[in-house]
Amino acid sequence: MIKASKKIYLDYASTTPTDPKVLGAMLPYFSNKFGNTVSFHKRGADAMEAVENAREVVARFINAKPSEIIFTSSATESNNLALKGIAWANAFKGKHIIISSIEHDCVLNAAGWLKTQGFEITELPVDKKGFVLLKDLKNSIRKDTILVSIIHGNNEIGTIQDIRAIGKICRKNNIYFHTDAAQSFGKIPIDVIKDYIDLLTASSHKIYGPLGAALLYKRSGVPITPLLHGGGHEQNLRSSTVNLPAVIGFAKAVEICSKNKMETEKLTKLRDKLIRGIIKKIPDTKLNGDPKQRLQNNVNITFSFVEGESLLLELNMAGIYVSTGSACSSNSLSPSHVLMALGKNPEDAHGSIRFSLGRPTKESDIDYVLLVLPQIVKRLRKLSPFRKNNRV
Amino acid sequence: MTNVKSYSEKVLEHFKNPHNYGKMKNPSAIGEVGNIVCGDVMYLYIKVGKNSKQKEIIKDIKFETYGCAAAIATSSVITDLVKGKSIDEALKINKDNVIKSLEGLPPIKIHCSLLAVDALKEAIYNFLVKEKRSIPEELLSVHEKNKKEREFVEDKHSNWVEAEKEKV
Repeated sequence: MIKASKKIYLDYASTTPTDPKVLGAMLPYFSNKFGNTVSFHKRGADAMEAVENAREVVARFINAKPSEIIFTSSATESNNLALKGIAWANAFKGKHIIISSIEHDCVLNAAGWLKTQGFEITELPVDKKGFVLLKDLKNSIRKDTILVSIIHGNNEIGTIQDIRAIGKICRKNNIYFHTDAAQSFGKIPIDVIKDYIDLLTASSHKIYGPLGAALLYKRSGVPITPLLHGGGHEQNLRSSTVNLPAVIGFAKAVEICSKNKMETEKLTKLRDKLIRGIIKKIPDTKLNGDPKQRLQNNVNITFSFVEGESLLLELNMAGIYVSTGSACSSNSLSPSHVLMALGKNPEDAHGSIRFSLGRPTKESDIDYVLLVLPQIVKRLRKLSPFRKNNRV
Repeated sequence: MTNVKSYSEKVLEHFKNPHNYGKMKNPSAIGEVGNIVCGDVMYLYIKVGKNSKQKEIIKDIKFETYGCAAAIATSSVITDLVKGKSIDEALKINKDNVIKSLEGLPPIKIHCSLLAVDALKEAIYNFLVKEKRSIPEELLSVHEKNKKEREFVEDKHSNWVEAEKEKV
């Protein structure tokens, strides 16, 4: 048993720590700069001004106009607003929506709910590396298709879709294109004009900003119906008192991302070191997703013959915090829908782990994982009836 | 949702240092239950023999398990509960004995304790069949249930495999 003297967090795709500079920018808005953006007095007006400055920062980051940014509370909310908002506002035109089979649960489940409301959903398959094929998209477009929603960088396997090519097809067919960029925003350059994006979801806490802030970019003129009715905030599209400190923090986090050009290079190097190291040191392991077109911080590996939760627990005991996409729950016949969509068999899907690197990740962290992981996998394989050459 | 705090100390202990694991050479019988599609598979090997008082007992027992921490811990603890017991005594072991010995299981993992009991019953069933002995009614129904579950999951699995083949 390995003594856990270290604590290595490799789950930055789940959430990130708030950057101290972000926290610093936020703090005054909890105290001497607090205010409600819709108040008439100076305190309210100052709050409004601060939010509008924040809006400009995040808009510029994706080449959008500030008026096209709707601040929300989470990527889940933004994705729900995009899908349900478009569906409700455009139902008179048609009731067909296209998504991919590797969307985040919030898109899948929002689409699933729309199905109960009379909408038709097409789930596009993906290839073995997780790419949506453009010919499949073209073939599934119908006269009554109103929306295509395809995830940009996949949260489990890191595969990055060619959103520009997808956007172009949608624009040509007069269909709104939404992309869930919760994992890619701040990591991969996005240009909503060049990429033909009509709606885009991004989140603050994935990029060292606070929880409780996210956005939906909505191109001017695209009609949506709000989820929340009330005082008319965010151009009447998202009523709720604006979460001032969180929005300020989000914008600060974006500003830091835009100045941090070296991060991609550093993380890509560490990511590839981890991938190569695992594949080389541990037999019967496979990388899931594409080796190149993948999020700079995502490593997803299948460890044959062992189950994911056992691996997570052992890694946790060794002070390494990671995640699995596979849900080992009672009566569960459902390993990760993303891995299954790649054509993995259930046993491989059950034995897959996601390591996600982040800004604080050091090379020595990767070295430690590569030291500890082979022993852990070896021990669990000793317990498993499926280890190689085991059958009588 | 389970997390690392959902498990008792006892479960973690068995997970870290499982008892009686590995394959057994020349077992009297094997009980194989669960399915990889669901993420839990247990093999229990038993060796039946006579003790010094010429009483027939389960002299040795080993497990091999693919599954979560609860699956590994329940496998380990059931080997402790069974070792040295007669067939009749072993058949009386139920999921509550397993759960109690582990100082509790998260509700979502209760099925793991059932799986361990099923594996034991399956091994005993196979032993009795091999020895051409009569099989208690209850054991027969457990075996039928296990068989049905296996077929159901394998059916699901093969549908899935077929669907995949068509895609290619």
